[in-house]
Amino acid sequence: MRSRVISFTVALSTAFSAMSVHGAELQSLLKTLSQMEGAGGNNPAATRAWDELTRTSPEDLPEILAAFDDCTVIGANWLNLAVDTIADRALDEGAKLPAKGLEGFVLDHQRNPRARRLAYDLLLRVDPAAKGRLVPTMLNDPGVEFRRDAVAHLLGQADGLFAGKDVQETRLLQELVYRQTLNAARDDDQIKVIVQKLKKLGVQVDLPRHFGFLMNWKTIGPFENKGRAGFAVVYPPEKEMNLAAQYEGSSGAVKWQDYQTTDDYGMVNINQPYGMLKEVLAYAVTDFDSAVEQEVELRLGCKNAWKVWLNGELLFQRDEYHRGMRLDQYRLKANLKKGRNVILVKLCQNEQMESWTKEWQFQLRVCDATGTAILSTTRQPTKAARK
Amino acid sequence: MNKQQWICGLLAGLVVCFCGGADWRQFRGPGGTGVSAETNLPTQWSENENIAWKVALPGRGLSGPIVIGDRVVVTASTGYRQDRLHVFCFDAKTGKKRWQRRFWSTGRTMTHGKICPAAPTPVSDGKRIFATFSTNDVVCLDLEGNLKWLRGLTHDYPNASNSLGMASSPIVVGETFVYQVENDSQSLAVGLNIETGKNRWLIDRPKKASWTSPVVLAGQDGEEEVLVLQSGSGLHAYNPTSGDSLWSYQKGCSTIPSSAVGGGLIIAPSNGLTALRPVSVGSEPEMVWQDNRLAPSTASPLVYQDHVYTVNKVGVVKCADLKTGELAWQLRIKGPFSGTPVAADGNLYFFNEKGVGQVVKTGEKGELVGSGDLGEVILCSPAISNGAIYVRSDGHLWKIAKKSADK
Repeated sequence: MRSRVISFTVALSTAFSAMSVHGAELQSLLKTLSQMEGAGGNNPAATRAWDELTRTSPEDLPEILAAFDDCTVIGANWLNLAVDTIADRALDEGAKLPAKGLEGFVLDHQRNPRARRLAYDLLLRVDPAAKGRLVPTMLNDPGVEFRRDAVAHLLGQADGLFAGKDVQETRLLQELVYRQTLNAARDDDQIKVIVQKLKKLGVQVDLPRHFGFLMNWKTIGPFENKGRAGFAVVYPPEKEMNLAAQYEGSSGAVKWQDYQTTDDYGMVNINQPYGMLKEVLAYAVTDFDSAVEQEVELRLGCKNAWKVWLNGELLFQRDEYHRGMRLDQYRLKANLKKGRNVILVKLCQNEQMESWTKEWQFQLRVCDATGTAILSTTRQPTKAARK
Repeated sequence: MNKQQWICGLLAGLVVCFCGGADWRQFRGPGGTGVSAETNLPTQWSENENIAWKVALPGRGLSGPIVIGDRVVVTASTGYRQDRLHVFCFDAKTGKKRWQRRFWSTGRTMTHGKICPAAPTPVSDGKRIFATFSTNDVVCLDLEGNLKWLRGLTHDYPNASNSLGMASSPIVVGETFVYQVENDSQSLAVGLNIETGKNRWLIDRPKKASWTSPVVLAGQDGEEEVLVLQSGSGLHAYNPTSGDSLWSYQKGCSTIPSSAVGGGLIIAPSNGLTALRPVSVGSEPEMVWQDNRLAPSTASPLVYQDHVYTVNKVGVVKCADLKTGELAWQLRIKGPFSGTPVAADGNLYFFNEKGVGQVVKTGEKGELVGSGDLGEVILCSPAISNGAIYVRSDGHLWKIAKKSADK
């Protein structure tokens, strides 16, 4: 009797709390939240919409997740918090999540990767076995988190896959598996592990090509950056792109010169051509030939103040010095035109004299939103200079 | 309301008053003082002694826990890129998770390896929880975890970030949520309407990284409270509602430990340690005393029972008279410290980076009266509420309390 009362209470509670918010009304709520912009301007309306949306049935979760396909960065978080709240309430009240619909959503590569990840997390709450079923199939998933899981899964299995086979066959199979995981991997920690495993098999990896680092540049400098004022000064390379020109620099005439990095991580070390200078700046320029017109990301790592232009358009600038650097530190969305594109970098060095302020360098790569390298059609072979 | 309802309401209020204990709603607790009125706190703990509960946290964090009634709230970040941000609410009595909310960072997640985006301690006004992260994401939730509003301040101000990470903890003053986003590039502070999350004001701040947190001076003679922001250039006081400038102190301050307040003074990490008394709008505050031997390291100074306490980078705790700055005693304990100490019941509670908590009894001489090793890296400042000490690592949240505290 007690269990029947509880079941009835749960059903009533679920039915009451998941009051119908359907059809046009649901779409209206989703539109309000998914299109939220910054500055908090529409927060009151969004709060009301969020309250309404979180009273909807868990059966609507796939439809709510679909709203991520066309949403703003801010809108994604309004939706994310609503999805989790709906799921939490449903599970607390003993209701079920639509496992089949969620799994279908996870498997739909056309959907927003973050929404798919949310769906996956919810799916695991009601069907933990889904992990073993889905992850091994996700090696080339458009979602970087799924890829990461799949690479980890395969790496975890790889060492034990070939027990009992002959040495030559094992070596070939291992190389095949590690090459497969390398092709799939986008995160540097996993890539480092795979590169070491391949190295043990005698296979050298062209890391700059894997990441899409730009290796061949022309540089010009130094120009003055006393008191960090040079960051805002428009020196001639910002006004014209004439690689034959000669300009007045901070200590005499300067002209463009070739620079090629052989660093595995594409580090362009401006100290190499100009010496360990302080309160100066330099420019680096390179061409990128794109097979098609396409949206890409220019990913920059840099601990100096910098500006980046694509085809004369300033993409972003940042005047922070020596607070740290890492791979893919800055992700700049850009549109490449078909054919030749010109990427210009301005790199500033400041007055600090501490040992950790010597670096005057950057790394830049071209990739898609998942971090997959996009290579110039005229990319030159990587010069081997492995350390 | 009939008589019966009125009596029930009164009784319920009394229960809250007498049993609820004091909340710890922000970095350094009530009024940002770091001082709790709690008594009967443990001075010794270990895995088998005075640990009321310990719960696993699935993410990293050096933000301190806060306590609102029977809720303990803590933030964390997860993922290879540390781009999943979390707010957890636990039941104070049992440690059971009441709810969890998560969302994606909209700002940069890069930090020094020692820290992570879940660095600022959240704040509550008793009705809402405001959680911020080094990514400059701000969420306002009610006590049941319902979203009231959110902001992505790096989305709004794209160069407002620090590649080492940011750690300033926000505060609420009246109806305004105050958050410092101070860095080398787009340095600012905002006052947001707590109801809507919209800007009440935005102030350009010195272009230099700072990890300090704001403090509030009580208003005098019915006047409004005064907001004081710290940066490398010094202190600057503002009206918390309008953001209007009131006065400044331009003799430089540390960018890591924050100022403390007490006895009508601001104890600023400036030229060692400097006690300042605000005078009037437009006037630089009066310097009461200054002593470079009292310079704090990472942990902020603490004002307690007419004394000021600091701990330096080699773990020497110094106690000075609040009114004169005269050194009363010093005591070496085991450092190093990132978390700011807190005080209650005549004791100071320090947690070092190795996870060792140390209890120093105050008085004419400082005395180490207890300790407990939690065995994990601890970088946060603890919370004290309801007879318990709450502290977190990257992996766990602990409630340290005597058994009697739960009854």
